[in-house]
Parts: sequence; C-alpha cells; structure tokens
Amino acid sequence: MKGTCRRIIRIFLTNSLKIISLLLAVSIVSFVLVSASPVDPVQQYILGLGTAVSPQQRAEIEAYWGVNEPPMERYLGWLSELLRGNLGESAIYRRPVADIIGERFINSLALMLCAWLLAGVIGFGLGCVMGMYQNRWPDRIIKKICYVLSSVPTFWLGLVFLLVFSVWLKWFPVGFSSPIGVLSSEVSIWQKLYHLILPAFTLSLMSFANIALHTRQKLVDVRNSEYVLFARARGEGEWTILRRHGLRNILLPAMTLQFASFAELFGGSVMAENVFSYPGLGSAVAAAGLNSDVPLLLGVTLFSALFVCIGNMIANLLYGVIDPRIQEAGR
Amino acid sequence: MKQKAETLLEIHDLSVSFRMYGHGFSQTELQVISDLHLTVYPGEIVAVAGSSGSGKSLLASAILGILPGNAAVRGHLHYKGEELGQKRQRKLRGTEIALVPQSVAFLDPLMKVGVQTDGHRRPRPTEKRRQLFRRFGLPEETERMYPFQLSGGMARRVLVSTALLADAKLVIADEPTPGMSLAQSLEALKMFREMADEGKAVILITHDIDLAVEFADRVAVFYAGTTVETAPAADFKSGVEALRHPYSKALWKALPQNGFQPITGFQPYAGSLPKGCLFAPRCPHRTPECEREVPPVREVRGGEVRCYHGA
Repeated sequence: MKGTCRRIIRIFLTNSLKIISLLLAVSIVSFVLVSASPVDPVQQYILGLGTAVSPQQRAEIEAYWGVNEPPMERYLGWLSELLRGNLGESAIYRRPVADIIGERFINSLALMLCAWLLAGVIGFGLGCVMGMYQNRWPDRIIKKICYVLSSVPTFWLGLVFLLVFSVWLKWFPVGFSSPIGVLSSEVSIWQKLYHLILPAFTLSLMSFANIALHTRQKLVDVRNSEYVLFARARGEGEWTILRRHGLRNILLPAMTLQFASFAELFGGSVMAENVFSYPGLGSAVAAAGLNSDVPLLLGVTLFSALFVCIGNMIANLLYGVIDPRIQEAGR
Repeated sequence: MKQKAETLLEIHDLSVSFRMYGHGFSQTELQVISDLHLTVYPGEIVAVAGSSGSGKSLLASAILGILPGNAAVRGHLHYKGEELGQKRQRKLRGTEIALVPQSVAFLDPLMKVGVQTDGHRRPRPTEKRRQLFRRFGLPEETERMYPFQLSGGMARRVLVSTALLADAKLVIADEPTPGMSLAQSLEALKMFREMADEGKAVILITHDIDLAVEFADRVAVFYAGTTVETAPAADFKSGVEALRHPYSKALWKALPQNGFQPITGFQPYAGSLPKGCLFAPRCPHRTPECEREVPPVREVRGGEVRCYHGA
C-alpha cells in the first residue's frame, strides 16, 4: 500500500513536469502560428467596438498592445501575464478569457462526462459480447455497426439525430442547454439533463465503436490464451471464464483507450456543440476561430492541451492500481 | 469386456484433424492425431514420449474435450468403461480428470495465486489448498503473490496442487519438466510418482525419454500423431532388443548414452502424412504392405505395437 502511494506520487510529479514542458511547447507553437496567420487582432478589436476609429487612435491601440514589438518580446510579455493567471480579454465576449473558459467548461464537462461514460460502458459491453460470440452473428452485426459509426462524421450524425429525434419524433429539444424563455436561475437539473441527452449520445457514438472493437480483439486474444485453456481444463464455463479472467485482463487496455479518448472527445465536442447550439467550450472555440478572437483561441488551446494531458496522466496512475506487474516494476 | 472395466482410460483409433481455410474457399483437413491407441490403468504412470510437433499436447486437449472449435475428433474414448463424450468431459474435467500444464503462462497473470488455485467452485477449498501448499513447502505468502512473482519451482508446485485439490483420478501432465533444473525435474516427477502410488493414474506427456523411463510404468512412443508402441518402461532400460517397433529402436539408438546414432529423414507433418504406416518412409524393414495400409495394433511380449514386422 505504501509502495503504491509512493509510486503514485512519483508518477504524478514526473507527469506534471512533462505536462508543464509540453504546455510551454504548445504555447510557443500556437503563438507562432497565430503570429504567422493573417489574423489581425487589432482590426478584430476595432470591429468589435462597433464605432469608427481614426488612424491615430488605431496607432495608439497598436502601441498600447505592443503589436509592433519584436515577436520574442510579445511572447514573453504574454507568457508572463499567463503565468500570473491573466489570459487576456476575449475580443468577442469582452470578458476575461479565464472566466469564459471556466463557465463554458462546466457546461462542456457535463456533456463530455456523460458522453465519455456512455461510450465507455456501451463500448466495453458490446466489445465483450462481440468477443464472446466471435465470428457468430451477434459479433458480425455489431462489428458492422461499429465500422459504420466510426466512419461517419459526428456533425453529420448529430444533424441526422436532430432531424429524427427532435424534429420528427419531438422527443428531445432542438438545441441549447436549457429551455428557451426560462431564467437560468429557474432551470432545473432535469431540464438540463433533458437537453444533454441527445448531444451526449451523439458524442459518445464517436468513440464507443473504437473502444468496442479494441475490447473485442483483446477478449479474443484472452480467450485464445494458455491460461484460459487451463481454466477450461479445470471445468470453468465460458461465462465463468469471462467473469474470472476475461474482465480483469481486458480492463487495462480498455481503460487506456478510455482515457486516451479525451483528445477525440474534445475534438468531437466542438462539432457536437455547434450542431446542437450547446453553449460549451467547443462552441466557444468555433466562435473564437471564426471571429479571429486571438486571446480566447490561445487560451482554449492551452486549456485543451492540459485537459488531454490530465486524461493520459490518470490512465498512467490507474495502471499500477489494476496491474500488479506494473506496480512491482515501479518498486 | 473384463479389461474395459479395469482400465481407467481407454483410447481407440482416436484421430484429430483441423479444418484449415486455404486460398479462396478451399478447405483442407489437417490430420494431427491418427488412429491413436492408449490404455491407462489406475495406479500407473504412462509416459507419452515423442519429438516436438508430434501432437502430444493435442492428445491432452482431446481427452479433456477442450480442442479449438475447428477441430474434428473421431474414434472412441472410454473413461471407467463408459463412453467419454462431450457432455461427460465437461462434467469430469477439473474434477475427475485434471490437467497439469507446463508453465506459469497457464496461470492468469492478474489473479492472485491462492484464489486462482482454489478455482471457481464453491465453497472454496481454501483450507485444503493451504494444507497442500504447506505439504509442498510453499511459503505462506505464496497465496497472496501473482504468478509472475513465482519461481519456476514454485509455479510447478502450484500447478500440481491444482490437480491434487481437485482430487482427480486421472492426471494429465503436459511436458512438466522442460526449463527446469534436473533437481526440479526429479522433484516434479516424484510428485507424480506419489500420485500414482496413491492409486491415481498419470499420463506424463514428455519428450525427455530418460526421465520418463525412470519414473513411468509404461512408455507410449509417439510418432507423427500416433502411438507406434506401448512398452513397459523396463524394456527401455534392458536395451534395444526388448523394444518392438523400428522407430522405438531408432529412438533408443539415438539417445546419447546408446551411441547417438540418428536415422535419416524427418517426421512427416500434418498435411503430408504417408498413406500406410506413418514410419514406413524412414523404416529400414519396410515392405510393400507397409506402404499400402496402416498396420493394426498387435500384442507382442507384453506390449502393444503398430507394425507388421515388429517382434
């Protein structure tokens, strides 16, 4: 137990170092990319003001923002503000970027968490079914469905779902995270969940096929292993084998995928949130990109990198808890 | 019929083949065990000895009924005088018939040794298993270890204790000695000898013919998926004249202490088996009839031999 704790702390520290250096690299790359792009933040700011600006005023704004300073100095200035927690002010929302990310992320988190759990549970379950019925009809049917789903783009699937479930069947609302015309303080958690179901389901369809197919293959491998042959020789039935040996041996790869899917999840949420007009981080990214909101774009880029890294770190930490061989190797 | 009641396991004309898919839709049958005969009596160790790739491990799977799905089995299996079909195999495996696999790879890497040895049956035989572990000199903490933490010798004793825990009447030990030191091999074989002396029957699948002869009562010589000869172990000690089949004689002569003389040719592999006697292409005594038809099993001097000329 003590060894486990020490191991977790060590992994946590080394991973944190890696994450910090990675974030630094991401900040440099994204800064360079934005600098090289034709996006003119001053122009966007002025457009956002909504009033005409004289060339003299424009020069003043440029001087105030330091647009004409050498890139290195601009980067260092941005980085030092960043380290103090100041991500700048969004050009389109006219509010601090940190606040926007915070509040949008809460919405997205609910969506992504639901989608993530759904994908994990459905994917793992279907993967087990496919593995147990290898090459028989349940396996063949589910496998085909998985192939189709993993090749269909999320936003298209989202549109189809909207059309079928919201417009035709009227089971679910067409968009947003709460009913229209109701004060946000009066929206109940059930109403929020109700608005969450369809986007979450759409988002989960993106990654569950992947998890199901991997789980299937791993279960097939396990069932062809020598230890399962011995379990059969000892009189264990196929479902007993799944319970006693299958689950514990396929859980690790399934979990790796599950936590590594944070990146896809984030990418998918950009699409899904736009299709469903869901006010999360994903739709903020799209808005920032389309309206050249540089501070918000950079802020979300860094934040999403952090989010994906944390997902991978959790997977690393959990390995040792589940697999004793990794635990032992770390000792 | 009297003999059938006495035997524990009787195998007649057992053949195992695999359906293989070739190019396109073509299907071929690969015969891996051909017309195998083997009889096992309670209280004895029968060594099944043969070179690698002769189908020895598949014999174990065939007896237990755990061959892969694309395998087809023909022939007769009798256990305690009654037909041993799939249903009975399912009932008996792990209780009356137990397998002792060859390595630690046959243990679930993520399951603690104690719980794993206890098996899936309820109530858990934990107390009995602890006694067995003590008897085998396994330290108390063994049950809390994972398979990868066991030494080779410990793993061996754990695997043997699964068979003892089941209180099986028939134990099939599949190549239990490779990779072990001589001392460990002797210890393992001594455990099987003890089991046999308690009235159980042990089928010892091995390619270490010296060790087999030392501990077994009878030796079945395996060649290309069939038993060419079953002889009392003593015959292997008394010399080449005591043996019946040309292959057994060749095997004897090829042993380091007996001259180290190899014969030419290779063991035929599944898919390219000769029509008649499987050994005929390499046999110095072959006659046209050997190449025409598989010779029947004959009783010669207290042993069984599948040869027209063996004497």
